Amino acid sequence: MSEKQTGSGLLGWIDARFPLTKMYEEHLGKYYAPKNFNFWYFFGSLALLVLVLQIVTGIFLTMHYKPDGDLAFASVEHIMRDVDWGWLIRYLHSTGASAFFIVVYLHMFRALIYGSYQKPRELIWIFGMFIFLALMAEAFMGYLLPWGQMSYWGAQVIISLFGAIPFVGDELTLWIRGDFVISDATLNRFFALHVIAVPLVLLMLVVMHIIALHEVGSNNPDGVEIKKNKDENGIPLDGIPFHPYYTVKDIVGVVVFLILFSVVVFFMPEMGGYFLEYANFVPADQFKTPEHIAPVWYFTPFYAILRAIPDKLMGVIAMFAAIAVLFFMPWIDRGKVKSVRYRSGAFKLLLVMLVVSFIGLGYLGALPATETRTLFARLFSVGYFGFFVGLWWISKNEKTRPVPERVQ
Amino acid sequence: MRAILIIVAGLLLPAVGWGAGGGHTYPDDRIEIDWDDKAAMQRGARTFVNYCLSCHSAAYSRFNRVGQDLGIPDDVVRDNLIFTTDMNGEKTKVGALMKTTMTPEYAEQAFGITPPDLSLVARSRGVNWLYNYMRGFYVDESREGLGVNNGVFANVGMPHVLAELQGLQAPQYKTVTDSHGNEQEVIVGFELVKAGSMTPSEYDQTIHDLVAFLDYLAEPYKQTRKNVGTGVIIFLFVFLILAYALKREYWKDVH
Repeated sequence: MSEKQTGSGLLGWIDARFPLTKMYEEHLGKYYAPKNFNFWYFFGSLALLVLVLQIVTGIFLTMHYKPDGDLAFASVEHIMRDVDWGWLIRYLHSTGASAFFIVVYLHMFRALIYGSYQKPRELIWIFGMFIFLALMAEAFMGYLLPWGQMSYWGAQVIISLFGAIPFVGDELTLWIRGDFVISDATLNRFFALHVIAVPLVLLMLVVMHIIALHEVGSNNPDGVEIKKNKDENGIPLDGIPFHPYYTVKDIVGVVVFLILFSVVVFFMPEMGGYFLEYANFVPADQFKTPEHIAPVWYFTPFYAILRAIPDKLMGVIAMFAAIAVLFFMPWIDRGKVKSVRYRSGAFKLLLVMLVVSFIGLGYLGALPATETRTLFARLFSVGYFGFFVGLWWISKNEKTRPVPERVQ
Repeated sequence: MRAILIIVAGLLLPAVGWGAGGGHTYPDDRIEIDWDDKAAMQRGARTFVNYCLSCHSAAYSRFNRVGQDLGIPDDVVRDNLIFTTDMNGEKTKVGALMKTTMTPEYAEQAFGITPPDLSLVARSRGVNWLYNYMRGFYVDESREGLGVNNGVFANVGMPHVLAELQGLQAPQYKTVTDSHGNEQEVIVGFELVKAGSMTPSEYDQTIHDLVAFLDYLAEPYKQTRKNVGTGVIIFLFVFLILAYALKREYWKDVH
């Protein structure tokens, strides 16, 4: 045992009892990341930043928030007006929710363009997809808590979707709500799930996501495995230690992100009604349905798919399928080349189709449905699913360009 | 890749806001609120406590907070802004929430609906809507008990509380054809049929001040928010220069 104790002093004492140095080296000091990370590689660390931000601001919000149907709305306004810096904590949290989805969507898109889900990183992708699911549950339940009109009716619409499931639908919605309508019972359980259950799951999944990543190593914009080319010490030739190189680089990304984030928090916290919907400044009223119910922007692409299909059950199935299909990305893509840089024009075309469809759906999902809009929503839905079908089809015998041995 | 980036950037921009529902409304003017004009907000506060607070509450806000933010000393607030009594029949305390004395049951009997709390109305409806709504009452004898209707909020249950100031106005109609080819009568103007104590421009100014106060009331910390934000962003830009210099220094030896 004694020869294992390399350090002396306090660190040596700790290392003999807890693998502190070992963990530091595995995950930071001697974790070799490819040296060619670009813009798209900021969003992983930013997602972690936003997660911490949400947890910290969330803790302070729970100190003043009251999960009670009669008090919830007023307690939020109490936070905004009477609690010192309460408005800042609340805006950080509400803006943080949208920021979380922005960085996560960009993070996922990065994985799509550089094939980061491909072998051997299938589990990283799958853990990531579970994080995405947990995040959606977290955001959905959190949005009920301010107990405004849009909180209430948005939750009403989403929960009623489960009613479309044959045989058990009605029982299921009753079970979720704990009442025949959304009520105090629903608010209380959503509070419990939002502040305890889902965050625990989320944190555990994030740890698994990072452990899996550090086991196989990071992909990069060239889609080259840097572990294939190592020097005499076993260090990847194209790798650099995460700390200090990527910590100092990520700080730059963090500051740029915080500048944009601050512009929203301090100058446009409602973001034109997208981050905080105007109708949510009216307390929840179960007898008064708002003129137009729209989910928050990050759910609108999936909501638009739901509405595009005339049959409710089929719509619900399509909506869930739109998320479920992402889990299978590592097997839908049968290609061997990872990065978009060396993939075919067909792949690039499919990617553009996916982006246009997803943004188009997101835009339409926020608006009241009209005939023309429904037509476009159907077109974009086909475009969205078409990406996966097309990818499966073209990737078998894709005409790719030669991938370099080392990163460029 | 650049094209994809541009498209993604488009997602982050708010493409459209939510309007206050479709259909024709009159009047349809816009106003600018000057957040440094505390005098306008003070005048608005006076109108608010005199005319609005007897039926509507502003129950998320406190009298003395309004006083502090608008530069009105507590004793002036007590004498000029508080006309209500608390549960013990004593004059409402200066630190109390701005509740109405009317019970919801009574209000429902009187108006058929509980008048909504106005703390956040400028955020839920928007300042332009409020400015038009308060100038949109017109004579409509068909409405029993009220005698007025509203060009912005049709068949609203609220009486024209400020009629003594504005007077009464009659609508001027015009027939238009909508996009579906249906003809309908819409209001295109008002004509004063009974003068009030104010001229039309004085009344508009009064409503402007009232809306400025409501805008303040909806987000009392708005000014602080922007001031703090400016400081934070300046700090972050300085930090950015340092962070970028640090990054460049470290990355010198990466080839």
